[in-house]
Amino acid sequence: MSAQIEHKEPLIRISKRTGISTGKAWGIRAIAIVLALAVAGLVIFAIVKLNPVKVYQTMFDGAFGTSRRAWITIRDTMLLLCIGIGLAPAFKMKFWNIGAEGQILVGGIATAACMIYFGNLPTPLLFLVMIVGSIVAGGIWGIIPGIFKAKWNTNETLFTLMMNYVAIQLTSYCVAKWEHPAGSNSVGIINSSTKVGWLPSLFGQPYLLNVIIVMALAVAMYVYLKYSKHGYEIAVVGDSENTARYAGINVRKVFIRTMAMSGAICGLAGFLAVSGVSHTISTSTAGGRGFTAIIVAWLAKFNTFVMILISLLLVFLEKGAIEIASQFQLNDYASQIITGIILFFILGSEFFINYKVNFRHKHN
Amino acid sequence: MESVSAVQLKNVTKRFGDVVANNKVNLELKRGEILSLLGENGSGKTTLMNMLAGIYYPDDGQILVNGKEVTIRSPKDAFDLGIGMIHQHFKLVDVFTAAENIVLGLNESGKLDRKAIAEKVREISDRYGFDIDPNQKIYDMTVSQKQTVEIVKVLYRGADILILDEPTAVLTPQETNKLFAVMRNMKADGKALVIITHKLHEVMDVSDRVAVLRKGEYIGDVATKDTDPQKLTDMMVGHAVTLNIDRPKADHLTERIEVQHLTVKDKDGVNRLSDVNFTAYGGEILGIAGISGSGQKQLLEAIAGLQPAEEGSHILYKDEGGIEHELLGKNPLDIARLGVALSFVPEDRLGMGLVGNMDLTDNMLLRSYLTGRGIFADRKKPKKLAETVVDELEVVTPSISTPVRKLSGGNVQKVLVGREIALNPTVLMSAYAVRGLDINTSYTIYNLMTEQKMKGVAVIYVGEDLDVLLELCDRILVLCGGQVSGVVDGRSATKEGIGLMMTQLQGKEEQA
Repeated sequence: MSAQIEHKEPLIRISKRTGISTGKAWGIRAIAIVLALAVAGLVIFAIVKLNPVKVYQTMFDGAFGTSRRAWITIRDTMLLLCIGIGLAPAFKMKFWNIGAEGQILVGGIATAACMIYFGNLPTPLLFLVMIVGSIVAGGIWGIIPGIFKAKWNTNETLFTLMMNYVAIQLTSYCVAKWEHPAGSNSVGIINSSTKVGWLPSLFGQPYLLNVIIVMALAVAMYVYLKYSKHGYEIAVVGDSENTARYAGINVRKVFIRTMAMSGAICGLAGFLAVSGVSHTISTSTAGGRGFTAIIVAWLAKFNTFVMILISLLLVFLEKGAIEIASQFQLNDYASQIITGIILFFILGSEFFINYKVNFRHKHN
Repeated sequence: MESVSAVQLKNVTKRFGDVVANNKVNLELKRGEILSLLGENGSGKTTLMNMLAGIYYPDDGQILVNGKEVTIRSPKDAFDLGIGMIHQHFKLVDVFTAAENIVLGLNESGKLDRKAIAEKVREISDRYGFDIDPNQKIYDMTVSQKQTVEIVKVLYRGADILILDEPTAVLTPQETNKLFAVMRNMKADGKALVIITHKLHEVMDVSDRVAVLRKGEYIGDVATKDTDPQKLTDMMVGHAVTLNIDRPKADHLTERIEVQHLTVKDKDGVNRLSDVNFTAYGGEILGIAGISGSGQKQLLEAIAGLQPAEEGSHILYKDEGGIEHELLGKNPLDIARLGVALSFVPEDRLGMGLVGNMDLTDNMLLRSYLTGRGIFADRKKPKKLAETVVDELEVVTPSISTPVRKLSGGNVQKVLVGREIALNPTVLMSAYAVRGLDINTSYTIYNLMTEQKMKGVAVIYVGEDLDVLLELCDRILVLCGGQVSGVVDGRSATKEGIGLMMTQLQGKEEQA
């Protein structure tokens, strides 16, 4: 009876690859980008009847069209990258730090407070206080869930997420307290006339110092994760806590230490956001970058140099989307569709790097 | 019915990337027979059977079921053809009952009729002699009961071709006998059975015919009654292998570890070890026998500094100068800092002994990453060590920068044992060191243990195969429910005697 059943060979089969050369992997990624641009182009044409090439041109203009725009793209890339660098050690340890938003905000609050209250300190000392303040604030925000996880095994995802709301409320309080001018419900540009506590320009470029700070961090974090004893401990704990215990690694200590560092770097990103970019503080200072940076960290598999590329891509798409929205009078969603298509293809290419697709044999 | 084979494989080939797992394999399975599929690790047994079960799809070749060519695209296709596979790792939902697991995924229309299901389960159980309660939850079951559920699940779906992948690896000798009885009943009922196992005495015991694979190639098949373990081993390995373990006597013994009144409770407050006392000597292999879960894990982990113990417990280490050190209350690093070279090959190789996602070099680093000054870890020596281990133990790996989870079980174990022996230990503990390993690798491990013993190392060997324990160990400590039921001489003890001690404490019956 059972033998009556006829089966045909499946049309498509999927099997896991055992390995792939770097060149081939990048080839697949390149094809993905080309396909993404083609599909997004078709969609653009189908929906809004615009010339896709023109749209892409406009996107590029939006991000790099003028030197000012290019610098803003770079500035935002660096900010996103900084947060990604902060998240990398936590996620490598499989500690789901969803709390970068909060850690950025408290770092920003500490920076703004220093700018407001210690404006009369000598400049080098003021910057030292600002940097230390933001690092300590972010570090505290990171270490609290770390300690709770280490001591009572609380769920870090919920805990760090909740800490975000605390930080947002704290920011609202500070905004109300530092409101300027009165009634505006915002802090306004801090020290707008004296520029005290503003990250200085280098060679006439206001954001060059941001780049230098974040690049130094990227190199340091790469070396730390790859070559240091601490980095090794983080990797072991992330893979198996039991193995870590077997090797004599103090798992609790690693949790607490790494989360303090993760929070501290996100706090420093808050410093950059306030002192180096906006010169103000509001509940939107973090602006969702704390979540976007999670994508940056994971996509790069915690390699800080790959993170540079991914941060740049994400910021480029964002700037480009804004530009086409205003140039072609599209609403925001249309441009987000394009961003979505491009991201979909890039993420999807990872599937083809890890798996192989086999088509049906041609029999007979 | 006699004339048509249940299953015929013709020139079946399966590749994974560049690796050929099965190369033009031909295999025949008849109704009313039990076929043993034999081969070393990585010889492609499981891959071949997975193609029958619809998990993998062959790259080439034909599969005939009941004489008719078929295509098996998924486990569902396999079920439709009456093929059922019982995997090494059970696929059951813990919080469901046996009956719920059995009907899971069947997609029968209408209401879930628990009574009818239970009735059918009972009917199957009675027919073949299973012992199963349809309403028992999986998490309440022993490993053997879970396996029974898996088998009944397959039968419930109407399978008449059954594949059992290493079913005895997790069973006690008694449970194994029960399973074999059931298998014989199924055979008498006209079903076709394939059993994959590494244990040759089981092959001889239960099967009618043996088919041998070597490195993905089909070597041949023989009727069980015409062969013996030695011949089978030679077929499997490709050359003659001696199946004797050398057991030399060390010149002198030195007292190394003294365990006194060791009591360990688990987090529910249940005693896992109760008042355990023994001494381990340098220059001997102390075997530890017992039904799995009798406290072996806790005992080794307590010595290794991973398991806290109750007050009054002591684990004393005697160093070369005769000075005693208390090991309890110290973590593995503290113990190493005392100058105690303690090596430990834990049961859970990738979950405790090694880091699966790291390469060989980084796994060698696990024991030495803190050495050297400064904040950077020194990878030069671990890299050398990885190369040495690969060379000396003949580890099959693409390179030393391959993540260890990609290696086969035997090679993973070689990496782990190689690293632990490289510590120049004075105490070497191992738990189920040869579980899942093929004969060749197993003998490599036995020889390494003996080599260490002759160097004056105190070797503690937790094992499950009593035949091996009796051939390898100088003394055997038998655990029963967390208590020591006796220590016997490895040269004079009998299997039956130890088996009895495993189930009851000396002098008194175990309180069930």
